[in-house]
Amino acid sequence: MSPKTLYDKIWDAHVAHEADDGTCLLYIDRHLVHEVTSPQAFEGLRMAGRQVRAPEKTIAVPDHNVPTTPDRVNGIENPESRIQVEALDKNAKDFGIHYYPVHDVRQGIVHIVGPEQGWTLPGMTVVCGDSHTATHGAFGALAHGIGTSEVEHVLATQTLIQKKSKNMKVEITGKLQPGVTAKDITLAVIGETGTAGGTGYVIEYCGEAIRDLSMEGRMTVCNMAIEGGARAGLIAPDETTFEYVKGRPHAPKGAQWEAAMNWWKTLYTDEGAHFDKVITLRGEDIAPVVTWGTSPEDVLPITATVPNPEDFEGGKVDAARRSIEYMGLEAGQKLSDVEIDTVFIGSCTNGRIEDLRAAAEILKGKKIKDGLRAMVVPGSGLVRAQAEEEGLADIFKEAGFEWRLAGCSMCLAMNPDQLQPGERCAATSNRNFEGRQGRGGRTHLLSPAMAAAAAITGRLTDVRELM
Amino acid sequence: MEKFEKVHGVAAPMPLINIDTDMIIPKVHLKTIKRSGLGVVLFDEMRYHDHGGENEEFVLNKPAYRNTEILVAGDNFGCGSSREHAPWAIKDFGIKVVISTSFADIFFNNCFKNGILPIVVEEEHHAVLMDDAHKGENARMTVHLEDQTITTSDGVEITFDIDPHRKHCLLNGLDDIGLTMEKDHHIDKFEEHAGQARPWV
Repeated sequence: MSPKTLYDKIWDAHVAHEADDGTCLLYIDRHLVHEVTSPQAFEGLRMAGRQVRAPEKTIAVPDHNVPTTPDRVNGIENPESRIQVEALDKNAKDFGIHYYPVHDVRQGIVHIVGPEQGWTLPGMTVVCGDSHTATHGAFGALAHGIGTSEVEHVLATQTLIQKKSKNMKVEITGKLQPGVTAKDITLAVIGETGTAGGTGYVIEYCGEAIRDLSMEGRMTVCNMAIEGGARAGLIAPDETTFEYVKGRPHAPKGAQWEAAMNWWKTLYTDEGAHFDKVITLRGEDIAPVVTWGTSPEDVLPITATVPNPEDFEGGKVDAARRSIEYMGLEAGQKLSDVEIDTVFIGSCTNGRIEDLRAAAEILKGKKIKDGLRAMVVPGSGLVRAQAEEEGLADIFKEAGFEWRLAGCSMCLAMNPDQLQPGERCAATSNRNFEGRQGRGGRTHLLSPAMAAAAAITGRLTDVRELM
Repeated sequence: MEKFEKVHGVAAPMPLINIDTDMIIPKVHLKTIKRSGLGVVLFDEMRYHDHGGENEEFVLNKPAYRNTEILVAGDNFGCGSSREHAPWAIKDFGIKVVISTSFADIFFNNCFKNGILPIVVEEEHHAVLMDDAHKGENARMTVHLEDQTITTSDGVEITFDIDPHRKHCLLNGLDDIGLTMEKDHHIDKFEEHAGQARPWV
């Protein structure tokens, strides 16, 4: 048998039907659902008189719209947001799917809740009407975002119509330097490949620096595979993965665990398997990075300066000019001189316990810069509870951060947490697009430790100076 | 779904690269529980001023391009969020074809589910089409799906590739879910087999 990649193996194990032209029906093991991209899909089912084929494999949680201030126990003020969340309440009940409502302590960002509850397991196919479904690839699960029509398709048939992507390997060799984190890896990779570099591919991340990451770090890396254009990102499961999964509420137990482990241990890329594209970075070469523009590929080390648009080629010249103007920067300006007025720590990229620990480590015993608005939005109610137990919440609060309830919050600003025009935010989220965090708002993407450093000084800051 | 055959209409140029789905439709318009009526907010932040009112500089606000049916856009169109509100807004505006040198994966899939034809062309052809789109409303492009051709206003014909299954579905206005449900027995069989091989799933 010819050697296979990890992607090949998971793909082959899930093909329910293959047509002559290679179009496949791919079986879906877990379907995650949130309130923004699902109402039209459930409505479609109702209109056609269809049921959810596998409600036991379907998990829903509201996250995009929910307020993160303590007064949310009194209900959602914005009528449109409230209608979407109420629609999800009703759809979950009517169709009998697993549900974590707003008031449940397990509620949180769908990509944090899935792994936390043991829904996401190695070798699975996982989809959700959200591009950051790529996160679950950290478990060696084939996971990707879909549109609402596909949400309806999966609800009705538990399959997706798919053609296989190509295989791409991203290897990060060696060790990371102090102050460099999973976020810096994933941003550095996008800086290298560009936001379209992964289009048509599924990426497998490998190498010593990836192996050394915790599950939280691996989720951060895979989360942004989509920002590189890839359909999905994958990391082969290993002891770190099994250790994380074991004992979670929906992880297999007893004899089932043993059976699962037997298969999971076969989930790696065979020696000599073919990759259509290979990128290699040295872990030692990766610096703490920030974005300067309005595309996640606009990445530079914090020690660098804002680039000159003329130094780019093709369509990027105009794009960079537009970005720099939108961002209110000047070519040649030192990135570490850029002053910020807002800090956001959270999101499916960096809203897990390890992220909060990394930020708290920098903030311990310090205060944020006067006049700065800073907030921590834990990725789930359970992450929040754990952070409180570990004393991290106190560190944030004493430093001057707002300590919020779980949700997507200012990552996409669908709830009341938004930037005003011209405001500049150091954000641990995943997209720096124009208007992403609020119309006219300016976003610099960075790691939780770098966000904490920026909160202290009031400008983009090399975290290594504070370590 | 409506059948897609041929489009003969105004093509608008949007040469900017990496036009993301937040630009196509900002999140404030994702709070709907319907699919319809989003055309008016297509490209919202580029199309309207912060204080309201149309931005006259924006291409789709120019008299020549108000009835655009074909969009010729820069590379990596539709990147970012999976929101299907992006193709819903494009469709609702009246745009039926988007042409670029590459598309983001999820957006590309979403187009077909909504009767929009996304066409990938080589850079040299893209340049020809972009020039043609710049000519305004009297210069109409023709996109013929059956023949897989784009014809510029001055008669230059460019052929394009499309997945045969997707072409078939667009031409016949077929609904994916209905088609898949005809293969129900394959899904049943798979579930039976997978249930034995991986009972923990």
